[in-house]
Amino acid sequence: MKGTVALVRLALRRDRVMIPVWLAVFISLAASSAAATASLYPTVGSRVLAAEAFNHSQALVALYGHIYDPTSLGEIAMLKASGTGAIFVAIFAIITMVRHTRAEEETGRLELVGSTVVGRLAPLTAALLIAIGASLVLAVLTGASLVAAGLPPAGSFAFGFSWAAIGIAFAGIAAFCAQLTRAARAATGSAIAVLGVVYVLRAVGDTASPGGPRWLTWLSPIGWSQQVRSFAENRWWVLLITLGFAIVMVAVTYLVATRRDLGAGLVPDRPGPAQGGRTLRSVMGLSWRLHRASLLAWAIGFVLLGLVFGGIASNVSGFLDSQQARDMFTKLGGAKGITDAFLAAELGFVATAAAAFGIQATMRLRSEENGQRAESLLATGTGRVRWASSHIAAAILGTAVLAVGTGLAAGVAHASQVHDASRVGALVGAAVAYLPAVWVLIAITVAGYGFRPRAAMAGWIALAAFVLLAQFGPLLELPQWVMDLSPFAHVPKLPGAEFSWLPLALLTAVAAGTTAVGLAALRRRDIPA
Amino acid sequence: MIEASGLVKNFGQTRALDGLDLRVNDGEVHGFLGPNGAGKTTTIRILLGLLRADGGKASIFGRDPWTDAVELHRRLAYVPGEVTLWPSLTGGEIIDLLARLRGGLNPTRRAELLDRFDLDPTKKARAYSKGNRQKVGLIAALASDVELYLLDEPTAGLDPLMEATFRDVVRELVSLGRTVLLSSHILSEVEALCDRVSIVRLGRTVETGTLSDLQHLTRTSVVAETERPIGDLSQIPGIHDVEVNKTHLSCQVDTTQLDALLRRLTEAGVRTLTTRPPTLEELFLRHYGDALEER
Repeated sequence: MKGTVALVRLALRRDRVMIPVWLAVFISLAASSAAATASLYPTVGSRVLAAEAFNHSQALVALYGHIYDPTSLGEIAMLKASGTGAIFVAIFAIITMVRHTRAEEETGRLELVGSTVVGRLAPLTAALLIAIGASLVLAVLTGASLVAAGLPPAGSFAFGFSWAAIGIAFAGIAAFCAQLTRAARAATGSAIAVLGVVYVLRAVGDTASPGGPRWLTWLSPIGWSQQVRSFAENRWWVLLITLGFAIVMVAVTYLVATRRDLGAGLVPDRPGPAQGGRTLRSVMGLSWRLHRASLLAWAIGFVLLGLVFGGIASNVSGFLDSQQARDMFTKLGGAKGITDAFLAAELGFVATAAAAFGIQATMRLRSEENGQRAESLLATGTGRVRWASSHIAAAILGTAVLAVGTGLAAGVAHASQVHDASRVGALVGAAVAYLPAVWVLIAITVAGYGFRPRAAMAGWIALAAFVLLAQFGPLLELPQWVMDLSPFAHVPKLPGAEFSWLPLALLTAVAAGTTAVGLAALRRRDIPA
Repeated sequence: MIEASGLVKNFGQTRALDGLDLRVNDGEVHGFLGPNGAGKTTTIRILLGLLRADGGKASIFGRDPWTDAVELHRRLAYVPGEVTLWPSLTGGEIIDLLARLRGGLNPTRRAELLDRFDLDPTKKARAYSKGNRQKVGLIAALASDVELYLLDEPTAGLDPLMEATFRDVVRELVSLGRTVLLSSHILSEVEALCDRVSIVRLGRTVETGTLSDLQHLTRTSVVAETERPIGDLSQIPGIHDVEVNKTHLSCQVDTTQLDALLRRLTEAGVRTLTTRPPTLEELFLRHYGDALEER
């Protein structure tokens, strides 16, 4: 363990922007939801009505969890934060862990560090200290910001620590996943797969009927966090389950880590083909090889999501029997029919996630350049534009696959419920209608990258800004022109809303033009820049 | 084949190239020699059209490397100094991919090189050592039938046996009339392979010529202890930096005059003798005056 302190310092130096930005986003998300919800449900009566409507909707319970105390303002306010916010806390912990363990090992930098006066377990220990420390800081700051927003202190800090518990649990899970294979991507991927599984466990457990498998919730770190029931009973003891789980995960990880070689994984590498197959004839083929595994994983997730929300959509209206509940739901969706509003809202969420895939795929340009692999390709008969297009095509076609796949899955599930086959086409069309907006984000990434590799971050920044606009714009009553900055604001809210070609054609044109600017800039600059 | 004159390249405040000249003739192995940070890689990247020069002129096959990059690349093969690969692809897949993008490779040659370099092409790239990664880059380039090979410190990470194999392969290419630009900071490697050499320092070409033109660079350091006093060595031509203290000698001698010096030493009865080729850094320090500046 010798050298841990120095490694912690090094990691903090490397993450001096990343960690504060993540934490700031989480804290402002929590505090602004708290402040905004207070004005939305000023009376106890309005909260009870909304909470009961909510608890009666299987779909919402599956997505976010239960409301345990209908009178509590804190619970309603923190619903999204504890349901979907938890996912992002987990992803933050996973990224931080893998970045400082397996990713360092894969690039060989850890070898350099390992040859100095640094113990074998020091890098792992340092990464755990960073991830757990950041989670605890998140807990305290979130609690304080919720108190400042006017929520009761006990619940505020219970909520903060329930978030931290997810971060700590997933730091342990990611630490273990990082031991499995040589590849950092595989470590991140397997930890995120675990996240998906435990999210589903909680969703199934929470929506199970009495006598059903409700205990499934208790197998999920996300379930444990929600079972703290902050702002209701504040059951602090539940946090001990997470603590115990994290201790076991970390102990197992240390055991594995001391028994393996530097650079090796628990799962041995299998030999591959000795010759390049048919796909590896062009950069397009290479791009397919590089993106296919990640696209497949995303596609499976999206199809499952489509099946779930397509399957429950027709039940949604039945659960909403009061006017108050209907109002709440149209606020979330924005169109007429409640089923349609639900489907449109879910598809909007899917489009945002698809944009994340598109940006990530486009960012591959940057990592290929920084890893000097682009140089090898560009020194062959492959031009810059052709090379860049191979990854942009992966992003554009990949997002199209995700949209069609989700629309199809949701459509089939929904159509079989309402016995109306035309709903399949309607939902595929609704999902596809989001593509031009998604492509605008890919184009922003390309444009940034064209000028400078670092500027490719513009894609993520734009996505974050558009999501915040959509989430908080209406609550903050921002002027319409600000809301219109987001490409997603121009997509017709299908199914339900009126369809029109014009905005989609314009968004496509904007995406094409922005991409062209990025490619033109790329042709003019140095590589590596 | 390659013609560059007065190349200038700035990276922000630092000047990487400061009027560099380079001329590589058809069918020669040209050594591109200089210490780390001298501007060798920057020059090669300009020749590949990856970087745009801020000043000066460069041409390959008589064409502009920036505007005609893609067409030129079909006629050359490049091995970067640090070969980085796609971790999820096997070595064999990467060799085929790179060679195909360049316009195809010779399968018999590929098999032969895999064998000679002793590389397992079924391993995933992430499992390769630095030396093996380097071999993947080398085989992909050397198995291509092209006119010009640009090799940027290609033997970094190879063991001595593989270095010898590399030298054999380069000699074979030259016998076929191919042209090679070999960048290196190792003098002996350049001596073993190159017809002509350009030496760069701080972004400028400081010497260029055939190896015999640069004979004065290939001095040997000699340290010896003798039984009897050595006496005056000043009649021997080509001896430099002599320090004699009765029976103790330390000096630099031109390789051509090594024999004459050794005769004198044996006359005096050699007790101990150490000789070693000077490092490139020593040569630079001695020949080009001022200390290597911090850059």
